[in-house]
Amino acid sequence: MIELAHFQVLSAALFAIGIYGVLARRSAVLILMSIELMLNAVNINLIGFAAFVDFAESQRALGQVLVIFVITIAAAELALAVAIILRLYRNRSSVNVDEIDLMKW
Amino acid sequence: MISASLVLFYIAGALTLGGALAVVLTRNIVYAAFALLASLMGVAGVFLIAFAEFLALVQVLIYGGAIVIVILFSLMLTRIEDFRVLSDNRQWPFAALAALGVFALLAAAIVGTSVRTVERRSVDFETLGETLFVQWAVPFEVASLVLLVALIGAIVLVRTSGGRD
Repeated sequence: MIELAHFQVLSAALFAIGIYGVLARRSAVLILMSIELMLNAVNINLIGFAAFVDFAESQRALGQVLVIFVITIAAAELALAVAIILRLYRNRSSVNVDEIDLMKW
Repeated sequence: MISASLVLFYIAGALTLGGALAVVLTRNIVYAAFALLASLMGVAGVFLIAFAEFLALVQVLIYGGAIVIVILFSLMLTRIEDFRVLSDNRQWPFAALAALGVFALLAAAIVGTSVRTVERRSVDFETLGETLFVQWAVPFEVASLVLLVALIGAIVLVRTSGGRD
């Protein structure tokens, strides 16, 4: 019997893996991939709640609508982040976030 | 009693988590990009099991078709040789600790919260379309504007200064 808790645990695990990637990786592109993983974890949670929670008839699709917005914003974020990474590479010829310490005191 | 949907969920979930682990643990950055693709396709499978067919399709098209390609392009345009062998930074034990802590916190919240659930059910396309294009029409248009502005901004940001006229 498949339950809401399955989706919640999968989402939590995916989110935790994304956090590890963001904190431990040194390549800016890999940090970007980890952020995508975290966004997908949130989407799994939203879809799970939309499918299982006892909403009124008019609110049943709200979870899926929210996921569409998250995907849209994720695409915008990814385009800008890739542009910033390319700019950074052109200026510093490196995408290693440990070497980008211009604002480090 | 293990139902077929549960078995499919475990397969999709294993693909998702395995791909995600490969993204954060592999030593080869191109493998990481393809592991990300596998993980995102696993998420699409999870969407299918939750009866979100439209979003599973969107997931395959947007993530599989566009986002992974953009990431591969960014790998190609930045110097990939720097990361021939990927390494984590020195704070990786703390990162693992933080990830485990977040997972423990979320698991405790999941166990401690009771939600009134019903049998898994689908949302038909008609309801989804009506909610999106009637009730949420204005936010939808704003989101499309945000996407347009972000993409134009990305083009302006990476344009070489020699092209100014």
